[in-house]
Amino acid sequence: MDKTWNNKGWFFVLPVLALVLFSAAIPLMTVVNYSVQDTFGNNVFFWAGSEWFEELLHSQRFHDALWRQFLFSAIILAIEVPLGIGVALAMPRKGWGVPVCLVTMALPLLIPWNVVGTIWQIFGRVDIGLLGHTLFGLGLDYNYVRDPLDAWITIIVMDVWHWTSLVVLLCYAGLVSIPEAYYQAARIDGASRWAVFRYIQLPKMHRVLLIAILLRFMDSFMIYTEPFVVTGGGPGNSTTFLSIDLVKMAIGQFDLGKAAAMSLVYFLIILLLSWIFYTVMTNAGAERGRATGGEGGR
Amino acid sequence: MTEVAESVAGRMPAASRTRRMAGGPRLRRLVPALYIAFLLVPIYWLVNMSLKTNEEIVSIFSIWPKHPTLANYMVIFTDPSWYSGYINSIIYVVMNMAISVTVALPAAYAFSRYRFLGDKHLFFWLLTNRMAPPAVFALPFFQLYSAVGLFDTHIAVALAHCLFNVPLAVWILEGFMSGVPKEIDETAYIDGYSFPRFFVKIFMPLIASGIGVAAFFCFMFSWVELLLSRTLTSVDAKPIAATMTRTVSASGLDWGVLAAAGVLTIVPGALVIWFVRNYIAKGFALGRV
Repeated sequence: MDKTWNNKGWFFVLPVLALVLFSAAIPLMTVVNYSVQDTFGNNVFFWAGSEWFEELLHSQRFHDALWRQFLFSAIILAIEVPLGIGVALAMPRKGWGVPVCLVTMALPLLIPWNVVGTIWQIFGRVDIGLLGHTLFGLGLDYNYVRDPLDAWITIIVMDVWHWTSLVVLLCYAGLVSIPEAYYQAARIDGASRWAVFRYIQLPKMHRVLLIAILLRFMDSFMIYTEPFVVTGGGPGNSTTFLSIDLVKMAIGQFDLGKAAAMSLVYFLIILLLSWIFYTVMTNAGAERGRATGGEGGR
Repeated sequence: MTEVAESVAGRMPAASRTRRMAGGPRLRRLVPALYIAFLLVPIYWLVNMSLKTNEEIVSIFSIWPKHPTLANYMVIFTDPSWYSGYINSIIYVVMNMAISVTVALPAAYAFSRYRFLGDKHLFFWLLTNRMAPPAVFALPFFQLYSAVGLFDTHIAVALAHCLFNVPLAVWILEGFMSGVPKEIDETAYIDGYSFPRFFVKIFMPLIASGIGVAAFFCFMFSWVELLLSRTLTSVDAKPIAATMTRTVSASGLDWGVLAAAGVLTIVPGALVIWFVRNYIAKGFALGRV
């Protein structure tokens, strides 16, 4: 759509701007403030320059948390994206199965995050949980409270349970937009199932899939509540991801300068990722505009 | 003629081959069924536990409750420290929903209809707020709201959740508004409608489903959030989510009540999900599907 150039638009945006300035910009400036200052208490602050940043970027604790965070996000994407595509491909396209699938699959997405944690905390317990009890019955020494590997597996399975449906729903939205004529043409050409997927379904899903991947990456990158409830970051520090570490530092230890420096580094990473996300979204939007424009001209 | 005959002849084996390679219709139905089973089993276990007494949970391991009881739910509905958590959550969630959608409507209209100085930068900046980790904002929010005397009030949590819900609402509404042809605006002006009257009488009914979806997603993301709502409250506005985590750490034993509280937090989402089922993908993708 052609938009008219009109600076009156600013009046419409003003309420949002005021609200977000209050709820985002001011707090963020507080963080910047703390990140360059040090204190001996009593609200007396003095200039510390880039000290906190240097300390942070050389600290083993931050490196470990960052590494765990990237590993976690990578594993999540590697499992959820193929699984999500697979389920979306197998979902029914018409009939009573469609609303049933949509509603039940969306259910985990609407559960409060701490309840997701609680569900899996209970579910994985050896004494009272179905999963823990079954695994124990099979002779496996499963204990997510004690064993770091078990804790990781529990959290990853929990996240797959929680968020794969997002990938499924987005891919499904892309798949149902493919006209039936495409499949007919493929059948006439004698295309194999793989060829149909590779050359018809995947290109049509391309845009929604990118959005799904980016959203999953961003959200898994700032995961806090679910692992906090299940493992509390333990055993040891084995499931302490960036957000958990940051909250521990800021509110647990009240280590303001360091926490603020970490917040800013964390935020810069997110900013970079958001920029990638935005570019992809707007480019995809432009493609969509061109595609519909072409059809209109035909 | 021969071409058509060939293609028809070629279609039959190809079609059957397609079906064989996809594993047949039965296997095709099995995948979503298995996936849904995987999703529902943990939820079933929570419901199962909420219907048992604590003695039964700890002593006997059973797939279904031997002596189903609603005692755990009764505890929640009679104990103010539990049910006030639900009331607090609902109050700030509804406040947040109203604020977010109200301020987002004009902004989304501007983004979908006009180009203005810095519009793209502003749109991007909004997105960064949706993506910002709440952990970064927890401490500064605590200090900000303490400084202005709003700590432990509903409005504090509602405003804090605007951080990610206002951008979300703007993006979703912009997606829906861009689907409405601009000719409608122009026709309304020619017919002599003033802008506010056009917006309320003509434009808002056209994007009613979009407003509903935006409101639903604001409701949802405010309802599921724990970190900020826990940081900004202590007693008077304590949300149900915080009540739950504190009960775990305090006693660590009252599993039945905890499970019942969990089941009750799932109910609101499960009730409204039917109405938005066709828009869920669009909402999660920030109005961009």
